[in-house]
Amino acid sequence: MARIDLDHIRHAYGPRPTSAKDYALKEVHHEWNDGGAYALLGPSGCGKTTLLNIISGLVQPSEGRILFDGVDVTHLPTEKRNIAQVFQFPVIYDTMTVYDNLAFPLRNRHVPAAEIDRRVRDILEMIDLSHWADRKARGLTADQKQKISLGRGLVRNDVSAILFDEPLTVIDPHMKWVLRSQLKKLHRQFGFTMVYVTHDQTEALTFADKVVVMYDGEIVQIGTPAELFERPSHTFVGYFIGSPGMNVLPARVDGSQVTIGDQVLGLDHAPDIGSAAKVELGIRPEFVRLGREGMPVEIAKVEDIGRQKIVRARFAGQPLAIVVPEDGEIPTDARVRFDPAAISIYADSWRVGKEA
Amino acid sequence: MLELKNVSKTVGAEVHIHPCDLVLQRGTLNVLLGPTLSGKTSLMRLMAGLDKPSGGSIHFDGKDVTGLRVQERNVAMVYQQFINYPALSVYENIASPMRIAGKDAATIDREVRKAADLLKLTPYLERTPLNLSGGQQQRTALARAIVKNASLVLLDEPLANLDYKLREELREELPRLFAASGAIFVYATTEPSEALLLGGNTATLSQGRITQFGPTIEVYRRPVDLNTARTFADPPLNIIELTKRGGQFLRQDVEAFAVPAHLAHMADGPATIAFHPHHLALAPAAPGAQRVPVRTLISEITGSESFIHVDFAGVRWVMLEHGIHDIEPDRAIDIYLDTRHLMAFGPDGAAIAAAPAAAA
Repeated sequence: MARIDLDHIRHAYGPRPTSAKDYALKEVHHEWNDGGAYALLGPSGCGKTTLLNIISGLVQPSEGRILFDGVDVTHLPTEKRNIAQVFQFPVIYDTMTVYDNLAFPLRNRHVPAAEIDRRVRDILEMIDLSHWADRKARGLTADQKQKISLGRGLVRNDVSAILFDEPLTVIDPHMKWVLRSQLKKLHRQFGFTMVYVTHDQTEALTFADKVVVMYDGEIVQIGTPAELFERPSHTFVGYFIGSPGMNVLPARVDGSQVTIGDQVLGLDHAPDIGSAAKVELGIRPEFVRLGREGMPVEIAKVEDIGRQKIVRARFAGQPLAIVVPEDGEIPTDARVRFDPAAISIYADSWRVGKEA
Repeated sequence: MLELKNVSKTVGAEVHIHPCDLVLQRGTLNVLLGPTLSGKTSLMRLMAGLDKPSGGSIHFDGKDVTGLRVQERNVAMVYQQFINYPALSVYENIASPMRIAGKDAATIDREVRKAADLLKLTPYLERTPLNLSGGQQQRTALARAIVKNASLVLLDEPLANLDYKLREELREELPRLFAASGAIFVYATTEPSEALLLGGNTATLSQGRITQFGPTIEVYRRPVDLNTARTFADPPLNIIELTKRGGQFLRQDVEAFAVPAHLAHMADGPATIAFHPHHLALAPAAPGAQRVPVRTLISEITGSESFIHVDFAGVRWVMLEHGIHDIEPDRAIDIYLDTRHLMAFGPDGAAIAAAPAAAA
């Protein structure tokens, strides 16, 4: 497995890009660790697939270099990069048996037969297709075929990286749970470098050690799932991670005092907002406490979604989402408190804080 | 009101829909929830008149419409794929059903603008669909279904191809649209969380059968059988085969946990016990919590929540905990099961009703 260096990479699909707007991928300059599990997460059009294609060699970046363990591979074609890929839809040989589909990449590389057999059986076990080993792939269902694709991506252990492009899209919701935790276990066991593209937050957050959040051709934050949740560095991350996303309220900051509409809150520090044109307070719905004390709030709607309730309210003239546990009480004359440790202040969409 | 009376559909030797009865009221949102190939699309095609039932009859507002073709019914459909006229502007796309119906220009203009406003498409009316994002394209298709003023609107996984944030926004908008129009809305999905967010009523489907129909949250909380409970669970339901003996549930003759009050009336003998992952916890916070020893398998952290996979007496369970809990795999720990929410099923899979006084 390999460390991946993304060295000042930019990419434009059109010729002769002049302004930042022309780049589908704005500057990416990062080093990804050997053995890391990275998820690229963002809405469609954010540049995540472009970045994956640059790593796999399907796309040559307009600028910058890509290195695997210090070796420049920028101009190497996909097949010379020693990577395994799993795509959104199954890519398998219909006329081969399930077993041979998995053995194929190993036989191609002249791996000894006993080693092939051991590895293929391990993978068959993992994707729960042991009983189907001798069946032709042709008659299988779409999600069984996709499981074979996944297995093929994982069967070699000598690749530099394994790249996944929305691999669980066609998989049944219940099977997703099983495969996700299998992937995670495998990663723990073998320490593969994995890059996983998805627009599904649960998939990204449960799979990765590091989630790379992309927005409008830029990486806006790379962090652990906990960091993205607790300290989103950009309001987009706050909005995109979490369901419902973070409440972002227009605010005014004076020293350690924040004003939202007619409400004033005290912070334990004075955020450095500089000369920002736009200041906002971010608070996640999970950290808004609904009770009989605190600031006035007007409840518009309560959505009972089974394991918790989502309360839609208006606070200081702004919409506010609040998460209440399954057995949580919603008082008639409700008031709210913001957990002080969970408040973030944003200046022109970027988080400022004690750390900044 | 749409009524399906003993409606079935067989194609060759294959049964697509087993005989079913269903009554949908005007002004309601009705979710068809089930995995792929459970019969959701087949049922919608029967409702629309795209297919003829093999048996039974379909009635609309009391009138038998069984043989009526889709063109003769007042039905609108929205599919998973975004279907618009690529050469027409968004405005003309939305206007098209009214032009076909021969409405006058002033009415068309008023209705298009109203629908565009409702679906936040006003800035894009002059664009063609291919210059829009997926979410805007699907909103265009939805707007067209709305202006058609159909009495039955069928939505077949309309949000499946969209980013989840767009889905979140549209899901919030949809119930509002439904409430405003007075039509019967039918919405097919494979995802339990989508059904819960939409609310309304839910019919669960499994292998061509409607297993239950009722208010969404009722079906979720009180499934009539194990199949329905399974269909309506994400994260997956935790299930275990136990034997009730007096006040205890036993697993292979070893005491697992005490029988909670709402199941005390159950007869002794084998039973299937099921519960949702959020009824397991690392700490004994809930009043009905009972300690269960487990072995940890793996934890998945989403930031706001952790999914901790554990093994209890050879059975794999998922625990959903708030916050971040990165637990070492393969360790023996004690966790707590809120037994007030246990569901019990008999050997035939039918739910064993909770004792009314003790119902959680």
